[in-house]
Amino acid sequence: MRMSKIVRTGANLLYPFILIFGLYVIMHGHLTPGGGFQGGAVVATAAALVIVAYSYDEVAGMLKKTAMKARESIGLLLFIGAGIAALVVGAPFFYNFLANSGLLFGMPVIPGPNPGDLNTAGVIPIMNIAVGIEVWGGLAIILLYMLSGIRKEES
Amino acid sequence: MIPQFIVENSPALMVIVPLVAAFITPFIGRISSGIRSIWVGGAMAVTSAITLILAFDVYSAGTRLYVFGARAASAAIPPDSGGIPIRIIFEVDPMSALMLVITAISGFAIILYSLSSERSHTGLESYYTLFLLMITGILGMVSTGDIFNFFVFLEILSLASAGLIAYRIDGGVAVEAALKYFVLSTIGALAILVAIGIYYGEYNALNMAMIASRMQFSLLDQVALVLIIAALAMKCGAVPMHFWTPDAYSMAPSSITALLVVASQASLYGLFRIVFSLYSVTLNAVMVGWLIIILGVLSMVVGVTMAIPQKNVKRLMAYHAVSQTGYMLLGVGVGLAVLGNQPLLDAFGYLAMEGGIFHIINHAMYKGLLFLTAGAIFLRVGTYNLNKMGGLGHSMKWTMVFFIIGALAIAGIPPFNGFASKLMIYESVFMFNPVLAVIAMVVSILTLASFVKVFHSIFMGPKLPEFADVKEAPLAMLLGMGILALVVVLFGLFPGIVVENLITPAAHALVDQGAYISTVLGGA
Repeated sequence: MRMSKIVRTGANLLYPFILIFGLYVIMHGHLTPGGGFQGGAVVATAAALVIVAYSYDEVAGMLKKTAMKARESIGLLLFIGAGIAALVVGAPFFYNFLANSGLLFGMPVIPGPNPGDLNTAGVIPIMNIAVGIEVWGGLAIILLYMLSGIRKEES
Repeated sequence: MIPQFIVENSPALMVIVPLVAAFITPFIGRISSGIRSIWVGGAMAVTSAITLILAFDVYSAGTRLYVFGARAASAAIPPDSGGIPIRIIFEVDPMSALMLVITAISGFAIILYSLSSERSHTGLESYYTLFLLMITGILGMVSTGDIFNFFVFLEILSLASAGLIAYRIDGGVAVEAALKYFVLSTIGALAILVAIGIYYGEYNALNMAMIASRMQFSLLDQVALVLIIAALAMKCGAVPMHFWTPDAYSMAPSSITALLVVASQASLYGLFRIVFSLYSVTLNAVMVGWLIIILGVLSMVVGVTMAIPQKNVKRLMAYHAVSQTGYMLLGVGVGLAVLGNQPLLDAFGYLAMEGGIFHIINHAMYKGLLFLTAGAIFLRVGTYNLNKMGGLGHSMKWTMVFFIIGALAIAGIPPFNGFASKLMIYESVFMFNPVLAVIAMVVSILTLASFVKVFHSIFMGPKLPEFADVKEAPLAMLLGMGILALVVVLFGLFPGIVVENLITPAAHALVDQGAYISTVLGGA
């Protein structure tokens, strides 16, 4: 079942903005409210929007369950991988070895009020990104399975 | 011999390995199912090995502390935290190490069994992923020193278990059992979360040692204690919160049922850990001790009386699992009831606790073994109904031998391990209160009667025509059962060595709250 043209056009317009906002929340998890889970959930609502606006069959071709499952696994592996990397450098599991190292996300945090430097906090942003990918995949799968019932009811 | 790196990081590695393996399994499964079998079998073998290394290290070198995310694994209190250990901490003392040993042995035996028993089923990548997540959950639960972390691992375990109980849909009956388990687990987890919130609001800490050191046993703490005891007693299947166990245990695949037994022991561990390490002498030991004793006696009696009329062999075994859990609650409850009274504790308290704790490991072994034999019979015969079986002793000789070992062990017949632990419970409980000991013995006799019936209806009698072409279970399944049977026999033949090396340190670690606290907080 497709919704009216107004709804579909609205969904088309909103879709990229929802994605960008979700990715923004994931990316700035260590600076602003939100983080991996919240951002991932926002991104997954984009999937919910298009499934509701268009029919399940049309969207199922675009959002594949296998791709979402892969996202779920990759996100988790990236998260654990960030923890294991600490073991490789000789510290305990989950040690934040990137913080203040000058490498990726490795700038020291400036004390006091400041606009916020994205390039800080070490492995925390990496874990936020991992959680974001994982929640995106996981919630999208849940939505795909639950909303696939809409089609069955129609026929 | 063993690299220092592995020994040092074993608390983290034993959780990392199954976790990583679980999420790589779906990718490996796309290559071929044979490689996936090797992968999950290998991952579980490595996990068991690391776990045993850690347990050995704890038994020989004392309690291990592992602080996640710190610069050094022993730095429990960060310099700028105001003396509160804010990081996630794994504190593995001998009691935890005992649970690790149980999980390592059972997990390895069960995965061997699963590789063969589940081969012809679909959806195996989810099966193995969830299986490894269950292992992760159990290992995390029994080693964590952070109460919120405990909740997280409990949830991992519950979610993975619910998925696996529903794994064989079976006309929706298994899904119903899984839903029941899932709803109850969620309510239980919620109760635990509320209790954790109470601790956090009251003591500004989530670390168990920190909470223990600040414990005042105020009214709020009593509310939290009730919530936690109710939730964890439900998770370990104690009467009157046992009603999910027969459904869940009988509908899950047999390999998963065996693992669910280990999972319920982990909940039992959580219960003992909270009562002894968090509250210890601050609580009203006599009252809470008697509460646990009553839970235990109820479980023993109701479990065994419900088991006797059952026709479904797995439902019957599930009720026996409830009944056996009662023994552990009884033994440890008696220990708790005399906590703080040193002469009585020395006279029989420690012995009762050792009996209860010894029964945990024994129960995990023989009950796992019994469920695995039930699964092997189901694989060949296709039914759990006792009235439809018969004469299988002619064709499934090894399965019969393993069943006999398990059945005699659960009934407490020497020389099997159930006898060793039950004797300790009888002796010590008799000194505490003779009536309880008599009840425990009667329950044992009823257990024996029940298993004689099961044995007779499954294995004895002439060979039935409909089972003429029944074969012995596959080799891998026999190997899995064999490992557990070997442990049952060895523990029964040499109980003294086991009690001295594994059980006594565990019981003392549970009682010695001061040591638990000072491991994290230093000499305070």
